[in-house]
Amino acid sequence: MTGQRSLAIRLFAWAIFIICAAYLIVPLVTQFDYSLRARRGEIGFTAYANVLSIPEPDKVLQVQTSPFKINLNLPRFYSSLLFSCLMAVLTIIVSTAIVVPTAYWVHLRVPRLKPVVEFFTVLPFAIPGIVLTFGLLRTYSGPPFSLTNTELGTVALLVGGYTIAVLPYTYRSVDIGLRAIDIRTLTEAARSLGAGWPAIILQVILPNLRVAVLSAALLTFAIAIGEYTLANFLFPDERAFGSYMASVGNNKIFEPAALTIISFVLVWILVLLIQRVGRGTGQTQMTGMR
Amino acid sequence: MDTAIAAPKAKPASPPPSWAWLGTLPFFTFVFAFLLLPSLTIMAGAFRDRDGNFTLDNIAGLFQPLILESYRTSIELSVVTAVVGASLGALLAYAITWGGLSGRIRSGVITFSSVAANFGGIPLAFAFITLLGRTGALPVFLRNTFGIDLYAAGFSIYTVQGLILAYLYFQFPLMLLIMVPAFDGLKREWLEAAANLGGTTFDFWRYVGFPILLPSFLGAMVLLFGNAFGAYATAEALTGSKVDVVTRVISRQIRGDVLYNPGLSYALAFGMVVILAISIALYVWLQRMTARWLR
Repeated sequence: MTGQRSLAIRLFAWAIFIICAAYLIVPLVTQFDYSLRARRGEIGFTAYANVLSIPEPDKVLQVQTSPFKINLNLPRFYSSLLFSCLMAVLTIIVSTAIVVPTAYWVHLRVPRLKPVVEFFTVLPFAIPGIVLTFGLLRTYSGPPFSLTNTELGTVALLVGGYTIAVLPYTYRSVDIGLRAIDIRTLTEAARSLGAGWPAIILQVILPNLRVAVLSAALLTFAIAIGEYTLANFLFPDERAFGSYMASVGNNKIFEPAALTIISFVLVWILVLLIQRVGRGTGQTQMTGMR
Repeated sequence: MDTAIAAPKAKPASPPPSWAWLGTLPFFTFVFAFLLLPSLTIMAGAFRDRDGNFTLDNIAGLFQPLILESYRTSIELSVVTAVVGASLGALLAYAITWGGLSGRIRSGVITFSSVAANFGGIPLAFAFITLLGRTGALPVFLRNTFGIDLYAAGFSIYTVQGLILAYLYFQFPLMLLIMVPAFDGLKREWLEAAANLGGTTFDFWRYVGFPILLPSFLGAMVLLFGNAFGAYATAEALTGSKVDVVTRVISRQIRGDVLYNPGLSYALAFGMVVILAISIALYVWLQRMTARWLR
């Protein structure tokens, strides 16, 4: 009787698992299959080769001296990926610089403000990517703060927007990390040895938070490299990786399939890294600006 | 301050006026510049006419048929994918925690779900067009093998149905990731205790498991709702101009395409935030209930 019931449960579990697995795997398998058929009557990696090696002269970006316009005469796959990686790294630096000292300070000195800070860190959940984009553009594309007029200003806007979008994840990650270490004792020890606040944060707190900061950084990276909405509106020249993928989708037949597989593999690598780093803390759920 | 450190046991009776909050100033400045100010701009814009005077016309403008239709589409899409995604995700979470599947399947499902939950946007749309487009793999297969013509039967990937199918690809894995810890939190001893008291497995789920999981289930469902409601890139790449979800209407307003009306575009964005704020208030309330329930 019990045996029968547990058999029924197992069959049910298997059925659910198979349905869900099929839902997740079939689109990838058909896409992979399709990506191999760029040459009629032949199975091969032509679409991948096109994506990875053929530059598109019509879309090659103008040479600029600005550090944020990358032109190494690379195929757009690399130049856009480089641009988005650069934005992701800038976002990681800015959000670490904002989140770590703030979370530390709130834990140590102003626990009263904790609910207030937490409130603002989850607020981005209420602001979808397109609304944030709209708000940032309306606020900063005209006087008194015309940030979008300059290259640097636009980059600042993009990085600022990304930092806000990932704030719920970065803050939570650092907050959990801080709870696991005795920051009060560490701070007292550092201060009694004569360390100033910058030294405490950089040389004592940050190294102790490396797991939290690293997993937050990887989350940020995963969200930022494929982001489309904000990047596409701030850089209409389709410089970002998301914009590049969209333009390939509009202009090509088999290459989008190859790009799907490539970006799935990229996300997979990042997820494995996040799982490896955050083992035990287990935070791999995130939802960027879709 | 130094005395407080020297004698941590002694609570300072009345601390002197502290300037410690100044340390949070960079954070609040940043949040003000990149979150609050843009939000306030939207809010202010939603209630102002071209000359800067207070008006409710923009909000009233939301109630024209086309815009109401876009909100309706977005809400329908979000509710359906939240309910279906939450149910499927919770069932899968049950299957890999309590269903007797092996540990290898469990970790495989969790890893794959983490990838899928983050695999939204443009590549996802590509994959679904290849699978379900007019000449896609599945319609062609069904037509050639079973003589079933999906598109003749009224199905199309470039519709709300198509968006629902594509959104589910990231919705139910996200639900799984949220629900696995909740299912793990149910102790097997409780099942044994229920059995010792003469209850069946069904009784256990009916009177113990389900009530404990319900708040986090509902809370996660609200999260899925917001996740779908704010989605833009997937809709843009999959259906283009064929389906008007609110996010696409706003994007058109940003580009300044058709019937450009600045006041209305602020109201559109404001409306989205209001709907999400309501759903998040619900979420917070449900979380509180969960916390109280589990105490």
